Amino acid sequence: MRNEMEILFDAISDNEGFARVAVAAFVSHLNPTLEELSDIKTAVSEAVTNSIIHGYENLYGYGRPGRGPAAAQEVHPGKVQILCALEGDMLQIQIKDQGKGMENVEQAMEPLFTTKPELERSGMGFAFMEAFMDDLEVESSPGQGTTVRMKKKLGCGSWIEV
Amino acid sequence: MDQIMEEDFRVIDNCLIIRLPEEVDHHQAGYISENADKHLLRKEVRHVVFDFENTRFMDSSGIGIIMGRYRKISCFGGRVYAIHADSQIQRIFKVSGLHKIVEIM
Repeated sequence: MRNEMEILFDAISDNEGFARVAVAAFVSHLNPTLEELSDIKTAVSEAVTNSIIHGYENLYGYGRPGRGPAAAQEVHPGKVQILCALEGDMLQIQIKDQGKGMENVEQAMEPLFTTKPELERSGMGFAFMEAFMDDLEVESSPGQGTTVRMKKKLGCGSWIEV
Repeated sequence: MDQIMEEDFRVIDNCLIIRLPEEVDHHQAGYISENADKHLLRKEVRHVVFDFENTRFMDSSGIGIIMGRYRKISCFGGRVYAIHADSQIQRIFKVSGLHKIVEIM
């Protein structure tokens, strides 16, 4: 069975929750485990957050409720696109922005590397995507935006024991 | 989605107890860190306790919050604790290596 979906939304932090829940809902009919759902939500959240705060440098919002104008008025919102494809039990997610891109993808993917320490970004975003998904590909160049492709086979259960 | 409020920060003895919201992501992180730091300036606060009782989701932004607070208090001998963390949150701790600096109870 093949199934696809595509969503496009403004790059504001208010949409982070929406994006991960939408992807989780898309796979829900496959009856994934709670752990798989949580993995997918975390990975999507990381990639979308990266697009918003690094790709579009939209630092407004940043979790300050009720202060100043709404995030969408404050900044020039770019768009983040999520494409999901299910083929059997294989989920593919592509998260794409037209933001400023990165010069050095390898460095960005190093654990603990961050260009925004003042925001207390932990530098664990790509490490989480790698840990929680089965496959991760990042394509980016300066001025050209960033595309993150992730794959996960569903129905495998846990592989990180607590 | 619920927002974190002023009353989610409580000081009991020398501990700052932070009740985290249902979803800890970048969207909420700034407010949590800012408020936590306001309380940390009070002299009597030495340790920080993160209460995950209501938390069902956390991403690396949560790691940033915890690491940031740890940096601020560890040099004065303060410790960071996590309580009521469910198995998903504990996996995040494990993958990030945070379980080495945070006491999970």
